[in-house]
Amino acid sequence: MATTTTTVPSAGPVAGSRSFLSRLIEGDEIARLITFLFAASVVLITLLLVFELWQGSALARHKFGLNFFFTRVWDPIFDQFGALPFIYGTLVTSVVALAIAVPLGIGAAIFLAELAPQKISDTLQFFIDLLAAVPSVIYGLLGVFVVIPLMRQYLQPALKSTLGFLPLFQGPAYGVGFLTAGIVLAIMVIPYIISVSREILLAVPRDQREAALALGATRWESTWKVVVPFARGGIMGSIFLALARALGETMAVTMVIGNTPTISASLFSPGYSIAAVIANEFTEATGDLYLQSLIELGLVLFLLTFILNGVARLLIVATSQKGGGMGHA
Amino acid sequence: MKRIASLLLLAVLVLAGAGWADSALSLNGAGATFPFPMYSKWFDEYHKKNANLQINYQSIGSGGGIKQVTEGTVDFGATDGPMNDDQLKAFQDKHGFGILHFPTVMGAVVPTYNISGVDATLNFTPEALAGIFLGKITKWNDPAITDANKGVKLPGEDIVVVHRADGSGTTYCWTDYLSKVSEEWKNKVGKGTSVNWPVGLGGKGNEGVTGTVKNTPNSIGYVELIYAESNKIPYGSVKNSAGAFVKASLAAVSAAAAGAAKDMPEDFRVSITNAPGKTSYPISTFTWLLIPEKFSDAAKRDAIKGFLQWALGEGQNYAEALSYSRLPKEVVAKETKAIAKVQ
Amino acid sequence: MNSSLRWRKFVSGFMLTMTGVCAVVAVSVLFLILGYLVYHGGTSISWSFFTKLPTPVGETGGGMANAIVGSAKLLLLASLFGVPIGFFGAIYLAEFSGGAIAFVVRYAADLLNGVPSIVIGIFAYSLVVLPFKHFSTLAGGFALGLMMIPITLRSTEEFLRAVPSTLREGAMALGASKSRTIATVIVPAAYRGILTAILLAFARVAGETAPLLFTAFGNRFWSPGWNQPTAALPEMIYRYAIAPYDDWHRQAWAAGLVLLGLILVVNIVARGILARGIAVPRS
Repeated sequence: MATTTTTVPSAGPVAGSRSFLSRLIEGDEIARLITFLFAASVVLITLLLVFELWQGSALARHKFGLNFFFTRVWDPIFDQFGALPFIYGTLVTSVVALAIAVPLGIGAAIFLAELAPQKISDTLQFFIDLLAAVPSVIYGLLGVFVVIPLMRQYLQPALKSTLGFLPLFQGPAYGVGFLTAGIVLAIMVIPYIISVSREILLAVPRDQREAALALGATRWESTWKVVVPFARGGIMGSIFLALARALGETMAVTMVIGNTPTISASLFSPGYSIAAVIANEFTEATGDLYLQSLIELGLVLFLLTFILNGVARLLIVATSQKGGGMGHA
Repeated sequence: MKRIASLLLLAVLVLAGAGWADSALSLNGAGATFPFPMYSKWFDEYHKKNANLQINYQSIGSGGGIKQVTEGTVDFGATDGPMNDDQLKAFQDKHGFGILHFPTVMGAVVPTYNISGVDATLNFTPEALAGIFLGKITKWNDPAITDANKGVKLPGEDIVVVHRADGSGTTYCWTDYLSKVSEEWKNKVGKGTSVNWPVGLGGKGNEGVTGTVKNTPNSIGYVELIYAESNKIPYGSVKNSAGAFVKASLAAVSAAAAGAAKDMPEDFRVSITNAPGKTSYPISTFTWLLIPEKFSDAAKRDAIKGFLQWALGEGQNYAEALSYSRLPKEVVAKETKAIAKVQ
Repeated sequence: MNSSLRWRKFVSGFMLTMTGVCAVVAVSVLFLILGYLVYHGGTSISWSFFTKLPTPVGETGGGMANAIVGSAKLLLLASLFGVPIGFFGAIYLAEFSGGAIAFVVRYAADLLNGVPSIVIGIFAYSLVVLPFKHFSTLAGGFALGLMMIPITLRSTEEFLRAVPSTLREGAMALGASKSRTIATVIVPAAYRGILTAILLAFARVAGETAPLLFTAFGNRFWSPGWNQPTAALPEMIYRYAIAPYDDWHRQAWAAGLVLLGLILVVNIVARGILARGIAVPRS
């Protein structure tokens, strides 16, 4: 107990009335200060990171300006650096990934939230959570030894012979390329879509479903036409989260994308992504402009994921509140 | 809870102990993948002879070697594309002293390919190689290739070009050669450790290119000789400046260096691509260790000097087993004198 | 009317079955991955894998002993750096702070969480490697620790907040100071969740490769102390997988199995701890 002469610590959390000295002696003020420093360090580190990215790309930003985003050429010899091939590759692989992962993910989430009995739903979710924990380099390992040969020997020729009239599926079947990277990314982001969508769907109030069923809808109609639209915002949020994850993926992508700064309509073409080019060229970028161009790419990636994550969070929170706020009974 | 805490503490102490247990001197180097098989053998053998010294080498490509040794994050670098004047100046400006090139061995860059049904050694003319890598020759049965390979049935498949994705001295040697034999290549692409490739897939390191060629049908890439040999993928002969098709070999590389050996410049930076001589292999190169002129740590300096002596002497005996050519005697003599420059 | 109803019922059954298929497909991927790793890696795991150093290029028979120890050292450093910041920062958010500061700290943590790991690598390179002029275990540990902070912070804060206020008030009624309350009542009450958070953060960074590329850098030998480059499991997997040597491929599979095994075990243990504890709302 405190031995201060000014006040006696009284019962109840009326901290304001105890003097600073007594709080200090009891260690509260110190505790507050120490924990505050730790919390503040989080903010400081984050600010420092943004600052480093901004500073570290200053030369490139001033030299290229907005043209950086529209130039196709990446030429270290002639000091010409353009981000377009990498932005293109990042976006294309992410779009392919989402095209595969979103239907699969939402489908699975619907099953887990609406149909499966509690125990099965929880068990399956447990496995999905484990899938989310698999590191990128393991996906890359499987990508190199399993997916690439599959693509080259079976999938790409099959697509070519059936859908080859589309420019999307033309060109030689290397095995590596946008499509392969997109498929690997899809597997990596499915768990995020499933986890978040399942929670959102579970949070939709029961009376929505019951009202639909009472009006004569089938189970599917109730789900698809009432519950899912109600949860639409949160599901969009999960998609944005998945997209943010896909954009930043490095190892798995660089092992299967072909590492060539190309812009091509064909999904079979090898390409490059922002994260992959940084991983490959950062340690060897001689010359300030080269290095700073790479850092500028890092800054672009950071901003993209920042915006997506922010929007995702807003959507998810808004949808959860809508569900909770609407009341149950 | 208490038990977990004490276990954790124990783990911390054990690992901390492991951290400080080894009192060996550590030298760190980084750079070319071209001589990596040679260097990894050398550093291993040297460590066996000097248990207190470990030389850790990471093969991240010549570009990385030049960059990191300039930044000072590694003690020495390695490259098969010598530093140009700008890079030398940058090092000088940053550190206040210069950096020295020490040739270690010589090797060959070979065009390696994976064509279904073709095991034979193909003959490549300079025009064919330039055309393929420029993206102008797109099929294996193009006349530019078949004309030099009568008797070999080449398929009408698309050529898959494989190049380096990282900054590479092997690329430097390859593009140096192409720039010498093709005016179009020289103007359109140029020579360097990292160029703007007109076509092709990128592999990381010599290892990555070899792996990609091995796994991709109808592909062609350029790698250091030992990578093609140890992975048993076929590689072709190249027509040299005297008009003969030469397959890379120890003798052919030595022949290419013969002229340079006599006229070796003081700083050892020299290109031996497209060298004269009937038996010369046209895409040969020295590979260099980049050693700063001054070391602030005397132990490190002595260690690196000791290693260089060994590499120029006994180390050369390991070269041929790994398909690298020994340095010419004249070059060794010159280098031995130059070691004294490291302070 | 009836045939339309029949059709709708058919569609309903069909689509719902399809969702089941989706779920099965998603889950089976996990088992496929495990299966491949066990099949290819299981045969390559041997005593020498765990005890030997890598051999020179092209020679067979090496192991990844230095990478395993290297990963352990990196993760230890990461935890020593990231966990206290996350833990104490969370205590501040949950127990001491008011609206504005808490919002800023949480926002910064979320920002940090969303940073792609390669960008964290760039940051660690410019902050630790360049000034010290060394690639090092320290730099790698710093990079990984950064990634542990947000997860630890947010989860710990949630579990601390979830402790019923009756516990808090009871302690204060007995005259305990705030810091004493936190130390002896609240944290122990939430310890399961906090431990889970730390383990999950640990598992997350155990597999990260990208930040290590520019920081820990790799080492063919043992890495003495904390100031030298070090090998790490994920980085070895990457390097060996893209190389052409079959022996290296086998080792990459084995390393993948070991790494994934470790991560899955930690995940399962973490969730098990949570499941047996106080029922707290999931994030």
